[in-house]
Amino acid sequence: MQGSIQLKRDPAVQYLLRVGDTALILAQRLAEWCGHAPVLEEDIALANMALDLVGQSRALLTHAGTLEGAGHDEDQLAFLRDERDYFNATIAELPRGDFAFTVLRNLIVATWAKLLWERLQASSDAEVSAIAGKAVKEARYHQQHAADWVVRLADGTTESRRRIDAALAELWRFGAELFESDAVDTAAHAAGLGPRFADLREPWLAEITAVFDEAGLAIPAESGFRSTGTRGVHSEHMGFILAEMQHLQRSFPGGVW
Amino acid sequence: MSTQTEWPLWEVFVRSKAGLDHKHCGSLHAADPKLAIQMARDVYTRRQEGVSIWVVRSDQIVASDPGDKAMYFDPAEDKVYRHPTFYELPKSLDHM
Repeated sequence: MQGSIQLKRDPAVQYLLRVGDTALILAQRLAEWCGHAPVLEEDIALANMALDLVGQSRALLTHAGTLEGAGHDEDQLAFLRDERDYFNATIAELPRGDFAFTVLRNLIVATWAKLLWERLQASSDAEVSAIAGKAVKEARYHQQHAADWVVRLADGTTESRRRIDAALAELWRFGAELFESDAVDTAAHAAGLGPRFADLREPWLAEITAVFDEAGLAIPAESGFRSTGTRGVHSEHMGFILAEMQHLQRSFPGGVW
Repeated sequence: MSTQTEWPLWEVFVRSKAGLDHKHCGSLHAADPKLAIQMARDVYTRRQEGVSIWVVRSDQIVASDPGDKAMYFDPAEDKVYRHPTFYELPKSLDHM
């Protein structure tokens, strides 16, 4: 059995892992649709997006490992950290739910990711800037795909509307965490590595509002609830998803295929 | 087969690169034109197969009747003179 690696706490590393882990964990959730999506075409679409996110995550984790300077590669970072050392936003780790839940979560996260990647293209870190140049195109498609489905489900049948309403009631409060600022992103901003997350909120809300207007959905009221995954404190779902993801690397250390 | 709840069928045509023709590559079910294009992108171009996509509702395509095959196509069999293979081409046009 392979023990956990110890992650050095560094603001730049943590900033990149917030983005990379969010992509990694959401990819895992989207991959759960493989073989289960409502139609074959969506099955492939969701798996494609999961793979896009895995690709983004691999690039960011590899680079975070380089910045950390402790010799950790992408696999070690992806599969050998303890739960507290993952910095994905909690919204990514919530169980996959039904299709309405999935596309609404994708809309919330992909809109955030697209705005973030757009800004990361101007990063002072050339590697991050290059990763962003590729990822922003993927995120644009993820956003459009999710937005189209949210509109269709909201404006569809009584059943699809009921499901999107339920998803919105459940998910909305988890979106707030994506725009929380603290010492980590403030340092990244000061160093020119990337934007403060709080600065993404206004353009994000404008884009979400445009989709919701088309869908006939109202933006829910603000709540005081804040999830804390980006600080390493996760929901009860995180342990289960990590157990599934980590099992092979823990049982067969260094295993590749 | 239920027809009420099934999405309509679309035929997908993909242009592999600028300058070439769109080629039929398959079909899929989708609720409307926009989704059909998106799904075609996900199903048929994920290995860099294309730079442009057309989709057409399958029920909008008018097809020849398989029963007419002999009448339609067999008569061309012995009309070799319709092929321009009897012209000598200059060397520089070798790959025409």
